[in-house]
Order: sequence, then C-alpha cells, then structure tokens
Amino acid sequence: MADKTKRLLQGNEACAEGALYAGCNFFAGYPITPSTEIGECLSVRLPKTGGKFIQMEDEIGAISAIIGASLAGSKSLTATSGPGFSLKQEGIGFACMTEVPCVIVNVMRGGPSTGFPTGPSQSDIMQAKWGAHGDHPAVVLTPSTVQEIFYETVRSFNLSEKYRTPVILLYDEIVGHMREPIVIPEEGEVEIVNRIKPTCPPEEYLPYDDSHEIAPLAAYGEGYRFHVTGLNHKPDGFPTNDPKLIEKENKRIIDKIENNKKQIWKNEAIDLDDATIGIFAYGSIARSARYAVNIMRDKDIKVGLLRPLTIWPFPEEAVSEMAEKVKVIIVPEMNLGQAVIEVERVAGGKCEVVGINRVDGDPIHPQQIIEVIEKYK
Amino acid sequence: MAVQTAAKKERAPFDYDRYLRPKKLPHIWCPGCGHGIVLKSLIRAIDASGLTKDQICMVSGIGCSSRTPGYVDFNTLHTLHGRSFAYATGVKLAKPELKVIVISGDGDALAIGGNHFIHTCRRNIDMTILVYSNFIYGMTGGQYSPTTPQGAIATTSRFGNIEPVFDCCDLAKAAGATFVARGTSYHCQDLEKTILEAIRHKGTSVVEIIDQCPTYYGRLNKLRSATEMMEKFEKNGTVSVKQVDKLPPEKVEGKLLRGILHRVERPEYCEEYDKLIQDAKGK
Amino acid sequence: MAEPAKKPANIVINESLCKGCSICVDFCPTNVLAMNGSVVAVKNLEACTKCQLCDLRCPDFAIQVF
Repeated sequence: MADKTKRLLQGNEACAEGALYAGCNFFAGYPITPSTEIGECLSVRLPKTGGKFIQMEDEIGAISAIIGASLAGSKSLTATSGPGFSLKQEGIGFACMTEVPCVIVNVMRGGPSTGFPTGPSQSDIMQAKWGAHGDHPAVVLTPSTVQEIFYETVRSFNLSEKYRTPVILLYDEIVGHMREPIVIPEEGEVEIVNRIKPTCPPEEYLPYDDSHEIAPLAAYGEGYRFHVTGLNHKPDGFPTNDPKLIEKENKRIIDKIENNKKQIWKNEAIDLDDATIGIFAYGSIARSARYAVNIMRDKDIKVGLLRPLTIWPFPEEAVSEMAEKVKVIIVPEMNLGQAVIEVERVAGGKCEVVGINRVDGDPIHPQQIIEVIEKYK
Repeated sequence: MAVQTAAKKERAPFDYDRYLRPKKLPHIWCPGCGHGIVLKSLIRAIDASGLTKDQICMVSGIGCSSRTPGYVDFNTLHTLHGRSFAYATGVKLAKPELKVIVISGDGDALAIGGNHFIHTCRRNIDMTILVYSNFIYGMTGGQYSPTTPQGAIATTSRFGNIEPVFDCCDLAKAAGATFVARGTSYHCQDLEKTILEAIRHKGTSVVEIIDQCPTYYGRLNKLRSATEMMEKFEKNGTVSVKQVDKLPPEKVEGKLLRGILHRVERPEYCEEYDKLIQDAKGK
Repeated sequence: MAEPAKKPANIVINESLCKGCSICVDFCPTNVLAMNGSVVAVKNLEACTKCQLCDLRCPDFAIQVF
C-alpha cells in the first residue's frame, strides 16, 4: 500500500512545505530563477492557512518586509538567488544587528552578476558568511537532498527563533529543481522552536537585555512598546555612542552563535573511521562525492566523506578530526575554491588539502572526484 | 525653568510628555530645524485621533527625520535608508490592526526609497506616510536631494543644482495613493489637522511637509535664519488649496499647494488580502 | 496703551531645551519674547495674547503658554 505521506516534490516545493511545517506564516519575495517556485508555492499555500504572501517590488523590499513582519510576531521567510542575494545583504545585516528571526533561502546559480541563471553553482558560500558589511554572525545550512531541504528549512526556522538571528538556507539549483520522493512528518514529530516572549511588565522590558544569552523578543502591538534600530544600541534598544557598549554588543551578537556552535553544527560522516583519504562536500556535490566513495570502497580504497549540513559556523571540530586521520582532504565544489579555504585553515597543515572546482554550469561528476582519489590512493 | 507669572492655571498646555519617551530630549535636530515642529503637530494629531500608543507602529528609514521614532512612546522601528515603506508593509500585513505611520525625508522617500514609496502607494496599503522635505540631505552634511530647487547650492551642487525637482505629491497621486496632502512646519496647526485626516484615511495617505534645514540648506543658500526660511518657502512659498481659486494668477505662480490635494476611496490592500484568504480557504 | 489681558499668561520656558533658534521671538505677533544670549526670555508678558504660536512653533519643546 502506498504511503500516503510520501510525496514526489521538487526541492523548492519541499522548502515551502518545510516552512509551513515550521510555522511560517509570512513570505515576501521577488521572482528570480532558480528559486521562484518557493514563492509560487507559498502564494497558494499560505493564504489557505491564514498566512500572508506578498510579492514585493524588489529583493530589498522583500527582505525588509519579512523583518518587519517578524517584529510584528510572524515567522517569516524570503527566497532568492544570486543577484537577489547580493541585494538582500543590507537587510541580512540589519536582522543580525537588531536580532530579528527570519529565514533567507538562496538557491545558488552561476555568477557573478546575471551569470548563468539556470545553471547550478555553489559560489555563494563566502557571500553567505561575509556578504553583509560589518562583523556579524552567520548561520548557514546546506542540504543535499529534497528530503533534507524539508528538514533543514524547519531547522533554519528553529535556529532563527532560538538564537534571534537570520538563518540562511543555501542550496544549489540542482537540489532546488530536483524531484525526489519525500516524507512529510506528522505534526509534532519534529520539534518546532518558537522565540521566547517576555513575561515581565512592559515598563521593565529590555529587548536587548544582555543578562540573557538570548533576550526574549516581544511583538509589536502586544503592549511592549520597544524601539528597534540598526544603530548600535543599548539593552533598552536606543542608540548609543558609548564605546564600551558598542563593543559589548558587537561581540555579543557574534558570541551567541560562536558559543553555541556545537548545537548548530550538523554533519554526516560517511566511512570516515578508517579513511586515509577524506572528502569534504556539501549540497548536490556531496551526492557525487558519496557515489565516488561507494565506488572506491568497492575497490577497497579507504575513502571517507564529511558532509556538513551547517556550513557556517564552519564545522571546525569535524574537519580538524578528519585532518588528523587522513593524508588528504579533497574539496569538490562548484566554484573556484571557497569552502576549501576554510578546510585549509582548519587542517592547518596536518594533511594535504586539494580542491576540485567547476564553474561551467555542469555539476562535478563522481568520475572527476574518483580521478583525484586515484592520485592519492 | 522660569515661570513668569504666579497666575492660576486656566488652561493646561498640551501634554507632549504623554507621548514622548522619558529623558530623550533634547532631540538631535539642529537649532531651527523644522522636524521638532512637525513632531509636535504629529503628536497632537495622534492625540486627537484617539488611537492608543499600543496601536501605533512608527517606522522610519535613515536621515534626520527618521530619528523621530526614537523619541515617541509607540512601537517603533528605525530601519535602513529608503526601506521604511517595505518594513512598514511587512509590519502592517502581518498585523493589520496596527496603525502604521512612516516617517521619511525627501532623500529617503524620493531618491533611495523611491521604488518602495511608489509601490506602497500603488498597493494602497493602510499607512500614513509623512515625507519631511527640507530640500537637502541633512544627516550627511548638505548634499542636493530630489527636492532641492534648481539653481540651489548644496555641497554636491556648488555651481547650482541643475536637476529638476520631484513633486512628492504628484508622484504619490500618480502612483496610486488615495490621500495626498501637503503641509508646512510654519502652518503647524493646519498640519496637525491634515495629519489627523491622513491618519483617519483608510489606505495609503501621504503628507509632504515642507520644513527647513537652516544648518545646511540655509547656510549654503545665504538664508540667515530658520525664520527667513519659513517665511520664504512655507509662508510665502505655498498657497492653501482653499484659497487658490480666489487668488490672481501672479500670486499663485511658482508656489506649492498646501492642504488636502487628493482624496479618493479605493480597496485597501490588507482588506483585499483578507478576502483572498477567505477565497483560498474555500478552494 | 493696550488694555492688559484679564488673566496674565503663563509662559514657561525650559532653558535646558531651548536651542536659541529664535523662531518664537520672530513670529510672536505682539513682541512678547526676546533672545537673552542663546536662550529665549520673556520681555513683555503683558502683551501676550496667549495665541500660543510660539508654543506651537517651538521645535524643541522648550516653551509653553497657557
């Protein structure tokens, strides 16, 4: 008998379903290939559940609207690709600074500029971390399958609500447009995290109370008439020029992620225990890497794969452990070398690190990875 | 503080403190800046509207005028340059029961935020937008803006501004705003009434407010004081829409109209969205 | 000489808020106010008609008339 909960979905549709499962009730976006289906899907699904969808006048309008909606108490989402992701950076920085939960999906396409809109890419790894100006926290998740897009969308909302920070869900066009059967869990099967709301009297409320690791966040219109500004601010939310307070705040928004990175990290380790050759791969290319590992293991070549589902904060512990064991870490990615820089930094010379790069709009095939493994076997 | 007479109180002065956050004054605006006058008109209008402080969400972008929300005891959101309208759209659509008031300036609304401004007007989403127009970028030190008169001096138009002026009210009307008005800080009592009408209007209401930047616009253009600027641009530079038909053409030539310039009824965005939800739920 | 107002006005000046822009002085129809250095002062209280224009046009919440 067919499992009724199993559905054949496109990656972008799974993202929309994951958002709804997580309690998303507000989406603002702007059409852009290859992420448009997320908005299309939510334009139908959200109003049916009483949620709101709006197609804004541009990408910046969309990120702005979801931050506004979040402050009014919604769980909000926007989705974009390449050029739109560049435009959203000012809003992402604002959400980091003002500690407003929201989720930004970037379905990566070829760049720079308009680049190759219909082609896959993984070239926004560094932009997802460093895109907004100023030092700011980055929480970025990288699913590899349609099912994972569903779960990682839910996790994006959960992390965003828990840590009061924007979370970026980063996947490439291949997984975004791929169709796979997925299981949508029953309600209650997956934990849903909601932001902590204040319980104190309004006159005592401090929206940036630094006596909490994560201060409770009120919603506008609930009696807590608080102030939000992108300027450096005091615990009460009002601007400050005090150097001590500025430094304290700038460090606090970084530290709340840094100090909790073990809870935010999520990796899959495949055949790493006895591996002498390691692969570090994420997104659709982790699938090619997995295939290559299977082929090589059949030939008794000890290859293992580390597949991060959280790429930022960077999985330092897992990469460091791998670097202790293997003689080489191969980093295949659809860019000219981005995650590889971090792998090299963390490996710190303990093993060789070699990139496999491709920016022609075709994915990195297992055979390309196998060819490199052959050199090190 | 000096009380000049011991006479008994006969009529209490307006209590602005009810709406101001404690210990925030003096505000950051320069001596003679009109923004404080406008803020007072706005507070009196809100008081007359009967709205509670919890019902109001005030959103602003970047610039001198955009510092307003920091002083008032509402739900307040000081956002990014030009983006206030989009943030406000998010707030309003997420929580339509809030009365959203956007505070913006000529550069914020008409230059960097122009796209958000016109599309907010087009949707006719229920919010009141105040555009404080003082013909200059004050916060950054006096660069020309979309409302700087042609020929005027700014730090980026030292040889006289060659760019034509954007008419904020014409733009708002053309974009679809259903209430469009203009006031001045000089006519602060009329302004209070105009803002009250704007707040009561259902849909996007835009009020352009001509006020003065003596520090930059005034100094650069040899206008010696705030008073001189208020006389020139506000008192003598505008004509009430109620009087315009009675005046000879030479007294109207080159002057901006003041008062409610456009008011129509058109479906409001959040209400239309609610209907859409009902339709979608049935499908 | 004008007849004095039946009840003299209260003019309250908050000198810590006055920024000395002189808008109130310049627009007072009956010349009640004058600048005293960098802040406003009352020079002729009897002339005040309580029109409150100074109060309404003060950008700095520094003067009240009632």
